[in-house]
Amino acid sequence: MSFDTVLFYLLSIVLVVSAFRVITATSPVTGVLSLILTFFTASMMWMLIQAEFLALVLVIVYVGAVLVLFLFVVMMLNLRLETLKEGLKIYLPLGLVIGLVMVAEMALVVIRSWGHVGGAPVPAQDFDNTRALGVAMYTHFAYAVEIGGVILLLGMITAIALTMRKRADYKRTNPDKQTRVKSYDRVRLVSMPTETEPAAPEPAAPSAEGAQS
Amino acid sequence: MMTLSLSHYLVVGAILFAIGVFGFFLNRRNLIVLLMSIELILLSANMNFVAFSIWSGNPAGQVFVFFVLTVAASEAAIGLAILVLLFRNLSTIAVDKLDHLKG
Repeated sequence: MSFDTVLFYLLSIVLVVSAFRVITATSPVTGVLSLILTFFTASMMWMLIQAEFLALVLVIVYVGAVLVLFLFVVMMLNLRLETLKEGLKIYLPLGLVIGLVMVAEMALVVIRSWGHVGGAPVPAQDFDNTRALGVAMYTHFAYAVEIGGVILLLGMITAIALTMRKRADYKRTNPDKQTRVKSYDRVRLVSMPTETEPAAPEPAAPSAEGAQS
Repeated sequence: MMTLSLSHYLVVGAILFAIGVFGFFLNRRNLIVLLMSIELILLSANMNFVAFSIWSGNPAGQVFVFFVLTVAASEAAIGLAILVLLFRNLSTIAVDKLDHLKG
């Protein structure tokens, strides 16, 4: 048994146990942390077969952004979980049996179809996984990469539009009214007969003079 | 069993998929665990994509994993936004409380 295989079995045990902890966790924070462990382990398993670019992307982008977003949301919500866990005891035994049957069926199909395939092909000495992926993405899949960017923009706009709060004491300009304003709305010239002061102001009353000016 | 082969990765992907589907039935009340189960199912699909891509020597499968990650990220962002909105309005995220649309 080679070192790769031993490492694979260790990592897959960690992966399965932590994935199981995700769905049976009593608190959602524990669940998200188990999910982070699951993704880390999956990334290490991809590293074992030299898919290093995706392994690093999974850790940096996915764990670093998406799962931390999960963690923030879970910590922000104040959840009471007693009512949420009552279905666990009823469904666990039957679910385990059905899950094991599902896994056995899928493993049977997979091993009968792909069991004769041997070890991973050894890449050439100067093979660069990141370079190969980049060449494929920016030549053959360039259009799909742009669509992926649009999907991310869509997600950003939707998330902001959904969670933005409208404040009541909101002070801002109204550009519509501002552009429709005319000059006579601000200054109005009124023609009226000239008036003269009936008497000269008293020099001894500075308060009245201040009020007039 | 001794050398690391393609079916090792496919079986691990199958186990992850089964755990994800099992999580759906186990936690039908909790919306956050449902979202995390979706993440597990997508991870199992990604595991199969990466394994097939490496064993067939074609990088197209890994590019597809990239797109799956993109869609999963935006799905998680929108799903969590809906979750926050739901919690703000109903102060619960239990799925069986979401019966306002029943005809």
